[in-house]
Amino acid sequence: MSITQEMPEQPADERIHNFEEVALGYTEDQAMLEAERCLECKKPKCVEGCPVNIDIPGFVSKMKEGNFEEAIGVIKKTNTLPAVCGRVCPQEEQCEKLCILGKKSEPISIGRLERFCADREREAGVKDPVVAEPTGKKVAIVGTGPAGLTAASDLAKAGHSVTMFEALHEAGGVLIYGIPEFRLPKAIVKEEVEYIMKLGAELKVDYVIGRIKTLDQLEDEFDAVFLGTGAGLPKFMGIEGENLNGVYSANEFLTRVNLMKAYRFPESDTPIKRGSHVIVVGGGNVAMDAARSARRLGADEVSIVYRRSDDELPARREEIEHAKEEGIIFRLLNNPVRILEGENMSVNGVECIKMELGEPDESGRRRPVAVDGSEHVIDADIVIIAIGTSPNPIIFDGSKGLEVTPWGTIVVNEAGVTSLEGVCAGGDAVTGAATVISAMGAGKQAAETINDYLSK
Amino acid sequence: MAYKIVEKRQLVPDVHLMNIEAPDVAAAAKPGQFIILRIDEEGERIPLTIADYDVDEGFVTIIFQEMGKTTKQLAKMAAGDELQDFVGPLGKASEIEKIGTVVLVGGGVGIAPVYPQARAYREIGNKVISIIGARNESLLILEDEMNAVSDELLVATDDGSKGHHGFVTDLVKELLDGDEKIDRIVAIGPPIMMRAVAGVTDPYDVETIVSLNPIMVDGTGMCGGCRVNIGGETKFACVDGPEFNAKDVDFNLLMSRLSLYRKEEMESLETYKKGCGDDCKCQ
Ligand SMILES: Cc1cc2nc3c(=O)[nH]c(=O)nc-3n(C[C@H](O)[C@H](O)[C@H](O)COP(=O)(O)OP(=O)(O)OC[C@H]3O[C@@H](n4cnc5c(N)ncnc54)[C@H](O)[C@@H]3O)c2cc1C
Ligand SMILES: Cc1cc2nc3c(=O)[nH]c(=O)nc-3n(C[C@H](O)[C@H](O)[C@H](O)COP(=O)(O)OP(=O)(O)OC[C@H]3O[C@@H](n4cnc5c(N)ncnc54)[C@H](O)[C@@H]3O)c2cc1C
Ligand code: SF4
Ligand code: SF4
Ligand code: FES
Repeated sequence: MSITQEMPEQPADERIHNFEEVALGYTEDQAMLEAERCLECKKPKCVEGCPVNIDIPGFVSKMKEGNFEEAIGVIKKTNTLPAVCGRVCPQEEQCEKLCILGKKSEPISIGRLERFCADREREAGVKDPVVAEPTGKKVAIVGTGPAGLTAASDLAKAGHSVTMFEALHEAGGVLIYGIPEFRLPKAIVKEEVEYIMKLGAELKVDYVIGRIKTLDQLEDEFDAVFLGTGAGLPKFMGIEGENLNGVYSANEFLTRVNLMKAYRFPESDTPIKRGSHVIVVGGGNVAMDAARSARRLGADEVSIVYRRSDDELPARREEIEHAKEEGIIFRLLNNPVRILEGENMSVNGVECIKMELGEPDESGRRRPVAVDGSEHVIDADIVIIAIGTSPNPIIFDGSKGLEVTPWGTIVVNEAGVTSLEGVCAGGDAVTGAATVISAMGAGKQAAETINDYLSK
Repeated sequence: MAYKIVEKRQLVPDVHLMNIEAPDVAAAAKPGQFIILRIDEEGERIPLTIADYDVDEGFVTIIFQEMGKTTKQLAKMAAGDELQDFVGPLGKASEIEKIGTVVLVGGGVGIAPVYPQARAYREIGNKVISIIGARNESLLILEDEMNAVSDELLVATDDGSKGHHGFVTDLVKELLDGDEKIDRIVAIGPPIMMRAVAGVTDPYDVETIVSLNPIMVDGTGMCGGCRVNIGGETKFACVDGPEFNAKDVDFNLLMSRLSLYRKEEMESLETYKKGCGDDCKCQ
């Protein structure tokens, strides 16, 4: 049985010196060869694995005919941001995991094909959409991450007058401030946002709901509201030395690099400490992105410190492999207990303790327990904390009645409706930190709900 | 988005006032809050306190001191020019209630944020005693404005060129030792001045509030870059503050974190000067 086409990539020793994209994308020949492998199953398992149920055999079949225009049309019926998803979806856990070919050989590289179609369309120039007949209804979208963008796009297509409010100076949420350029070029996100504006949606950046206007005010001014405010509040560990100079949250580090372009300092005005020995605490995608960014900023040594073992690393395998190729050191079964203080309150190493895996915990993963007396110091001048985020409560300021869980996530029903009438929510703000595609799925669901609500 | 500079004035050397057209920000602004601006695509996001706002005219007043690249570049802009970004109002508003006698202390450019607070305290019937200070008379800003909103105005200059010869802290101490009951002190200025005021008021059991100015990025609680230590707890100044009880503040940490990018700030300024010539009149 044939195996999957390898993704062409920038060589590791080159890419650690730039922020350009690592995965270069299939050539047309490769894309055709890969598409040919698909069996176009009658009951395609892969579709069940995709949170927005893209008609995968449908688009692949168009690709086989060489009809990329129709292929992207099929994809876009259910996925607004295919160029993004094709790059950052955890495909190996979703569509590709269930692909029937995966049982005996390798699954179809669905994400790569999706990316190919989207990139092909973009290169050819996306056609301007037909703007729908106005319904006269006004919808506010708060937050412009994948959830908000998807909801905005669907609601604008339905003819509603859509206004997007974004706290930062650029739309895109984590796609802009978090995920680095070398994994997701910002130009792609910008084009997606422009497309949504061509649908007639308005974008107000620099607009923090909860400060400049309250949610209550939005409810008065609009017929419906969607909250896609994400989970942007960084967690810290609460250990000694965490406020020292040189300790960053992954959010701050990545925001400086991505949103503020600190990697181009001093051409851009925002500085970042580049560091020579960088420690990143955590094992998810965010940790990988931070570590690989630090490497590109020129650190001599970058390590991931993670308290469980390689098997439990929550990041995508591909990202872990890429990180390893780029020389990131994995210090597994290690937990920081204290950050040591050097001159002028700066970081001078991290004291860690060795861990071993004990009995499984609630999450089913084996619980890490500290090994007594195994404390040791790792050299470091920069520490980046990437142990998770929770929803940012600023949106609730000055408004009443929105029900939230003890963890700060917004409570919604299956249709995406919150405890307030006419207010829906979705994405990380509801689930806690999750994935791009699940946020999009939630945005889509909420758009349907709002559309029904407004047509009543 | 673009935000127009509708007025620009130099108050004293290196300190400028600007009115920025931002009607929605003006409509929501309250004393104690700040904005974050960005001049252009390559610009850094810098926080500045809201010095005043006019809801009818739709503008917000900022007063800033030339420090490094961004504030120097801003100083070269003129009425009619536009800023790329102007986000606000950010931070918690000051809790201004009727409590009796309030002493407002402003040092240097810190007089600017004190001004709307003095006015607000006065408007609701407090007795307002203001103490303002600068290195010398020619650097003192907003004296007339402060006079108009204070029951009593005291001035201190480091060199004695106006008012008390010495620091604002001397005047604070005199008031605390005097007969009048002081119910609250609000001090805003350079961290070193706020730390000194905190030191002076500490033995007196008078509520003392300071406004902290750590380095910020987003101003919405998303990056944690602005974290400060308040009574042993980590807080984010942009959402939990910027005002805190002076006795709880770890000023050493604040001051050390403010110096984190000193080397990069110099580099940025040098690059800017090279590209432009320090005395150039380009925008
Ligand atoms: C570094 C990093 C790497 C990641 N890598 C992957 C990956 O490879 N694959 C994957 O599937 N997922 C990945 N994720 C997760 C994924 O990015 C998120 O799950 C997804 O972006 C959530 O989308 P969202 O629309 O819910 O929120 P967000 O993308 O967080 O967007 C929320 C937006 O709302 C704005 N906002 C918040 N509050 C307000 C307010 N009060 N007023 C106005 N605007 C407001 C914020 O500024 C932000 O722009 C990663 C996340 C990070 C941080
Ligand atoms: C809540 C708040 C309110 C403020 N209000 C005022 C005000 O009303 N008027 C005024 O003149 N200044 C104010 N500041 C300080 C002002 O933000 C800095 O002077 C400005 O950022 C300096 O930028 P620069 O590029 O000109 O100088 P740089 O050369 O970059 O820095 C000069 C010094 O300013 C501080 N600084 C640098 N970058 C930042 C940043 N992003 N955020 C905060 N501080 C920084 C550092 O201590 C640095 O040493 C305020 C700061 C905060 C946090
Ligand atoms: S959107 Fe994601 S899960 Fe769905 S088909 Fe594309 S890559 Fe797979
Ligand atoms: S399961 Fe695999 S082979 Fe079958 S349609 Fe989906 S991608 Fe093609
Ligand atoms: S400035 Fe980012 S959290 Fe305060």
